[in-house]
Amino acid sequence: MRRGWVAISLLVLSLGLSLPVRAEEIIVSAAASLTDALREIGKIYESRTQDKVALNFGNSAALARQIEEGAPADIFFSADLEKMDLLEKNGRVDSATRRNLLSNQLVLIVPSDSKLAVRSPKDLLQPGVKRIALAEPNAAPVGIYTRKYLEAEGLWERVKEKIIPVLDVRAALASVVSGNVEAGFLYKTDAALSKRVKVVYEVPIEKGPKILYPVAVVKDSKKKDAARGYVNFLSSEPGKSVFKKYGFVVLE
Amino acid sequence: MISLSPEVWQVTFFSLAIALSSTLTILPFGIAVSWLLARREWRFKSFIETTVLLPLVMPPVATGLILLKFFGRRSLVGQWLYDWGIEILFNWKGVLAAMAVMSFPLLVRSVRTSFAEVNPRLEQIAATLGASNLKIFFTITIPLAWRGIVAGSLLAFSRALGEFGATIMVAGNIPGRTQTLSLAIFSFVQSGKDEEAFGLLLITVVLAFLAVGFSERLVRSKRKA
Repeated sequence: MRRGWVAISLLVLSLGLSLPVRAEEIIVSAAASLTDALREIGKIYESRTQDKVALNFGNSAALARQIEEGAPADIFFSADLEKMDLLEKNGRVDSATRRNLLSNQLVLIVPSDSKLAVRSPKDLLQPGVKRIALAEPNAAPVGIYTRKYLEAEGLWERVKEKIIPVLDVRAALASVVSGNVEAGFLYKTDAALSKRVKVVYEVPIEKGPKILYPVAVVKDSKKKDAARGYVNFLSSEPGKSVFKKYGFVVLE
Repeated sequence: MISLSPEVWQVTFFSLAIALSSTLTILPFGIAVSWLLARREWRFKSFIETTVLLPLVMPPVATGLILLKFFGRRSLVGQWLYDWGIEILFNWKGVLAAMAVMSFPLLVRSVRTSFAEVNPRLEQIAATLGASNLKIFFTITIPLAWRGIVAGSLLAFSRALGEFGATIMVAGNIPGRTQTLSLAIFSFVQSGKDEEAFGLLLITVVLAFLAVGFSERLVRSKRKA
């Protein structure tokens, strides 16, 4: 029995020692819609510098909340201005490092095998459309953008009952892919990731809310130089070309 | 189909290691608290009892928020730890904290019941024969309650392995750093990487089979005894 415990403790110890805690790395808290682009950029960045990049993906509201509480993120890459403005106002991010780097477009998608005649947001009123997936319309940026757009179109009150609020933009995509909802709103860049959905309507840039992705270095970061280097890399040519490849509009 | 990539194995071993560490960490505390709850009357007992069991009934995300507030650099405790160079959020310690808090009630519930089932007369007899309280505890109480302790640990371990809501709040969802089985399955499904998700699913099913099978054997051996 005693020997068993010794073996278990040794196992725990050895596993504990092998955990990746020593690597010098920067933590990037980024909006879920940036997942694939940032993974690709991270690989290029790591191959060119000594730094490692740890990516923490989630919805911008939750990520901002974590930074607000003092979570050790070095960079915040948000999918909306409001969350970044709030952190900047509270002195949690370094204003001098902030850039509004990217833009995106709202699209309406349906499962690719959908037989419903959904061509525009108005068609969501038809009874065949029972559920519409949308990232949390009061917290997640894409949800807020969509709600504002539908309100401006006079449709929000009429489709509100059909809205299934989900965690973030990727969860919205997953529910349309699975066919459990008849339609969903998300960013153009996320819609492009799956062959099992089709885009039936692109909200014209001039009609939709202005979607911006601001990025900034967190004030409490202990690796400010590395963090600044990473932000610069995002807006350099190699970074820009990856963002463009995934369908983002690069602003700078 | 199913992919068992290096990333999948890394996530599996990381989760197993932290869940095991979490269980071993809470075990001594769980045994002490359970014994105090089962065998002693004291002030604020029901208050402490409720507090301990709270994570079992509260939404995990709510527990996660409390932990985030508690360990964040903006809080007194978080600041104090930070001054000592200890950071809980966004690394494996955060994962361990979330798992430990979420699985503690399950351990206590099981161990407490098994302590309550130990016949106090046996302990009293030992006392009349001159055994110290500590000796009684380790030679009478613990051996008679060991099944409950093992079952409780197993339950706590399984709960720790499946923990999601509190973990994502406290430790984030950082691949290779804080991503656990549950978080990885979630992320893989979200980014359309079903092969990896199914790989992890397969591993989860195997682990669940082992855990359930083991606890079943434990129950059966009890019936025989």
